[in-house]
Amino acid sequence: MVKYTIRRLIQTIPTFFGITIFAYLLMTAAPGGPVAALTFDPRTTPQQRERVAAQLGVNDPWPVQYLRWLAGDDWMRWDSDGDGVSDGSFLLPLDADGDGEPEPPGTRKGIIRGDFGRSFFYRRDVIGMIGERVAATFELGASALFLGVAVGVPVGILAAVNKSGWFDNLTRVMAVCFNAIPIFWLGLILILIFGSWLGILPMGGRTPPVLTGGIPPLWERINHLILPTFVLATGTIAIYSRYMRASMLDVMSQDYMRTATSKGLAARIVWFKHGARNALIPLATFLGPAITGLLAGAAITETIFSWPGLGRFAVEAVKQQDYPVVMAVVIITAISTMLGYILSDIFYALIDPRIRFG
Amino acid sequence: MTTTVAKLNVPRQEHRVGESLTTLALRRLRRDKLTLLAMFILFVLALLSFTAPITTNWLGVSYTRTNAAETFLPIGAPGHILGTDDLGRDHLARLLYAGQVSLSVGFFAAVLSMTIGVTLGIVTGYFGGFIDDVVNWLIATLTSIPSLFLLLIVSAVLLNSSSSPTVTLVLVLGFLGWTTTTRLVRGETLSIREREYVISARAIGASSLRIMFVHILPNLFSVIVVTMAIDIGSLILAEAGLSFLGLGIKPPTPSWGNMLTGARSFFNTGPHLVIFPGLLIFLSVLCLYIIGDGVRDAFDPTAKD
Repeated sequence: MVKYTIRRLIQTIPTFFGITIFAYLLMTAAPGGPVAALTFDPRTTPQQRERVAAQLGVNDPWPVQYLRWLAGDDWMRWDSDGDGVSDGSFLLPLDADGDGEPEPPGTRKGIIRGDFGRSFFYRRDVIGMIGERVAATFELGASALFLGVAVGVPVGILAAVNKSGWFDNLTRVMAVCFNAIPIFWLGLILILIFGSWLGILPMGGRTPPVLTGGIPPLWERINHLILPTFVLATGTIAIYSRYMRASMLDVMSQDYMRTATSKGLAARIVWFKHGARNALIPLATFLGPAITGLLAGAAITETIFSWPGLGRFAVEAVKQQDYPVVMAVVIITAISTMLGYILSDIFYALIDPRIRFG
Repeated sequence: MTTTVAKLNVPRQEHRVGESLTTLALRRLRRDKLTLLAMFILFVLALLSFTAPITTNWLGVSYTRTNAAETFLPIGAPGHILGTDDLGRDHLARLLYAGQVSLSVGFFAAVLSMTIGVTLGIVTGYFGGFIDDVVNWLIATLTSIPSLFLLLIVSAVLLNSSSSPTVTLVLVLGFLGWTTTTRLVRGETLSIREREYVISARAIGASSLRIMFVHILPNLFSVIVVTMAIDIGSLILAEAGLSFLGLGIKPPTPSWGNMLTGARSFFNTGPHLVIFPGLLIFLSVLCLYIIGDGVRDAFDPTAKD
């Protein structure tokens, strides 16, 4: 079990490097690059531009730049006697610009130690800003996943039990529709109906503005969650209901189901106690893809509903060409996706006694 | 070809006419009313979009002409069947021209992603080994970044510096969308590779290239058609999402996605502007998904007539 987990984690290392190289190449391919973004002010003199370029190290060879971004540069040029002047270096020359004075010691820690740099736009550490937004995305994502499972699973079971009946056909049509509907449009229509025309649900945001301080009441927060959760959950409902139906049909053709029926158990007990419990097992493998789907959907859903989470943050950062933020979000969502896949495999193996760790 | 299953059961039949899987599939498709309806609706949508210059000329409207005196006209306003938008442009004309963009971006991006996906799938499935490992690593990397984030970032980087954003968008969607196809085709190729006819082709000295494209590719036909239909749908959705966020097709070129960009501010003044673009995206994607499902069922060798 522990061995299996460790092996899976080791297998993700090449993927992780692939993602970091991809993200890094994208940022360097971006128009102008970081120097242009930081020296946008037309009053910047060429000398200042040079200094910014030297500070960012954009003149270093790109493998060194990539390493600096990945693992930091405090081990590339350092100050061992504490006088503020660099006295040792690795990979980098001590005096890069040739003016006889050593460059200041490296301060970056690199993304593998959680240093994603500073936002070009907000001039703040990226990791702190992400920390402020993770909770909102988690709240929305977890409620959408919960709704998706809570609706998708029973619908799938009932559709399988009434195979080719009206309920089965209805849910089949619903699932195709849920997959084909553009979620931003569904969100807009729901806001138009419930927020604008009927006025019974808020049009966006996570909580109403609180002027007096304190925490807004719980029902207000649930009120704000209803529409975005539903919009984000449509894809999950569609996938889980179809998958649960297929899994349940598979289980219903097993011998033990016939045995249970022939011993005279009520149909309800056979379906739910013998059938559904076993049909649920393969669904564990869907956790990984579901998390990816939710994160991708979050970008659009959070934008429509002004939800202060990671997805909207990423969309804004892309528009503002705030690349440190964009790259941080890419790396963090990619890691969550990979962990989601590993978790769902382990979870699957844990609940299915037929699987042995080899 | 009029032989039916019932006829086959008649005793002492002289000989039976062999039917290929394709003939059977086409016959099943002809009976599948839902798939036929979806094909018809999609055809009408495409026809209306690509004849937009004729239609708008005949109606005397234009998708670019603004009119400050006639903004937010409701549905059925004189001279404007579906009303006008925030700049007084005819809504119907814009929907039709936007359809040209949305449908063709989805189609051409799907053609590109299928070409890449099928080629890589056959090559990796046939040869395996090192190239298979490299492509699998690439797929693992690309799929671990949530698709929309990936599209957002790549199009933000490339579209700003591009002289022809629509073509660039097609390239971005095509070059990032091949992973699922590759996986599917690779799996199919792995099984076809071991069939007797492939082994006998190899035994008589056929080259790898010939085996891949003459013996394996035709057997992937149904997989390719199904994936293509579903891919066009998904790519139309992706384009709409990107354009909605302001990172795909840029105004003044209309697309169904970017017509909804400012839609939140139209809730009070022109709700019809919110409804139609999304409805058309939904309708075309739904038709494509239904066609994909219908073709898959028709080509299912285990299906009964």
